[in-house]
Amino acid sequence: MTGDRLEVALELDCRDLPCPMPVIELARHLGDVEVGELLAVVAHDPAARVDVRAWCRMREQGWVGQDTADDGAPRYVVRRLG
Amino acid sequence: MTGPTDLDGASAAPLHPAAREVLLAALDRGYADPRRLHRPGREARLLLDNARGATAEALGVRPDEVTFTPSGTHATHLGLLGLAARGLRDGLPLAHTAVEHSAVLHAARWGGEPLSVPVDHLGRVLPGEVPPLAAVMACQAANHEVGTLQPLAAVREQTDAPLFVDACASGGRLPLPEAWDAAALSAHKWGGPAGVGVLLVRKRARWHHPFPTDDRVDERSTGFENVPAVLAAAAALQAVVAERDEVNARQHALVDVVRRRVAAEVPDVEVVGDPDDRLPHLVTFSCLYVDGEALVTELDRRGFGIASGSACTSSTLTPSHVLEAMGVLSHGNVRLSLQRDATREQVDAFCDAVPEVVRELRARVGL
Repeated sequence: MTGDRLEVALELDCRDLPCPMPVIELARHLGDVEVGELLAVVAHDPAARVDVRAWCRMREQGWVGQDTADDGAPRYVVRRLG
Repeated sequence: MTGPTDLDGASAAPLHPAAREVLLAALDRGYADPRRLHRPGREARLLLDNARGATAEALGVRPDEVTFTPSGTHATHLGLLGLAARGLRDGLPLAHTAVEHSAVLHAARWGGEPLSVPVDHLGRVLPGEVPPLAAVMACQAANHEVGTLQPLAAVREQTDAPLFVDACASGGRLPLPEAWDAAALSAHKWGGPAGVGVLLVRKRARWHHPFPTDDRVDERSTGFENVPAVLAAAAALQAVVAERDEVNARQHALVDVVRRRVAAEVPDVEVVGDPDDRLPHLVTFSCLYVDGEALVTELDRRGFGIASGSACTSSTLTPSHVLEAMGVLSHGNVRLSLQRDATREQVDAFCDAVPEVVRELRARVGL
């Protein structure tokens, strides 16, 4: 997903974290948003592009898409489903 | 545990016992220039021709279709770019599956405009996505990271492009597929010495040498032939082909054990690749929340040598393009590939160690 930035309930700054820390942070903070809300992880780690999506599939959460944070860094958006 | 267990046979196999004697004898007998007409030269030429004949017979091809190269990578470059030469002049792209070995991807980028053909979640190319026209279509026989076999006959039906087949991962272990115009194999993956690749070019294929040529015995090869290594590679190939029914059945069953036990005993794990239609000796899985480099290091500390496609273990710090193309988890990745003498005890010891190592690594990050 590109273009308009999605409104998210929580954005995690993982810009400087290496693989697999962005996905670990995502798992740690899933409970910080309500079921149905959006949670985003911002990461330069190239593995996050693959692994956030795979995490959603494995943990049965909703993959929403990729956009960019306000500084242009890649941002991966998921919806808490449970 | 009696000693370290090498579970990375897909990276390199130790010299096959059948090749050792041949290599030692040929070091003395096959040193000379096989183009020379004197006795030592004729002796080297005889050994080179024997190696070519034995390799052709083991692969089910014609001897004049076989060229020995200094590596599987070089055979790949020659095969791919030699087939593409004609279509490149017409401005056609170099098509390849998204999960080819990096040697194919580098050659495609070097040669012209690459065109990547997508795969499904098992890593199998989608034949419907293969372009009808291309300078070349590169499709591996089997994937080197996840083991999935590719549907080469279906790929062939989809395109008029000449077909290049990287058969390095399956060479010797599985029969050479029927569909190819040029193909590449690598001896150190079947228990031959390093530094020997095999380029196959089909008798009537339109293949043009993409690099400067030479005046050797075989017009497709360049540089002085490594006759002893080539002969040893051929001997290893013959031995591997002769024993593969037994070895493959044993390895296939052992990999089934790994697939089953890892999936059952490690939480949040993805065992990837085709569970059945695959290389007999190889399996790949990824563990959520685990650092791939730490996993390799911890398993090595416990005596298990494995490879990984995780970003942190690669020289480029990017995740495996194979795992990415499949859309499967790339971190915490393990590629296990059995050597020919692998035992159930080794596999069980590995399966006993993995859940504990993964648990420890997850505990370090509080998960």
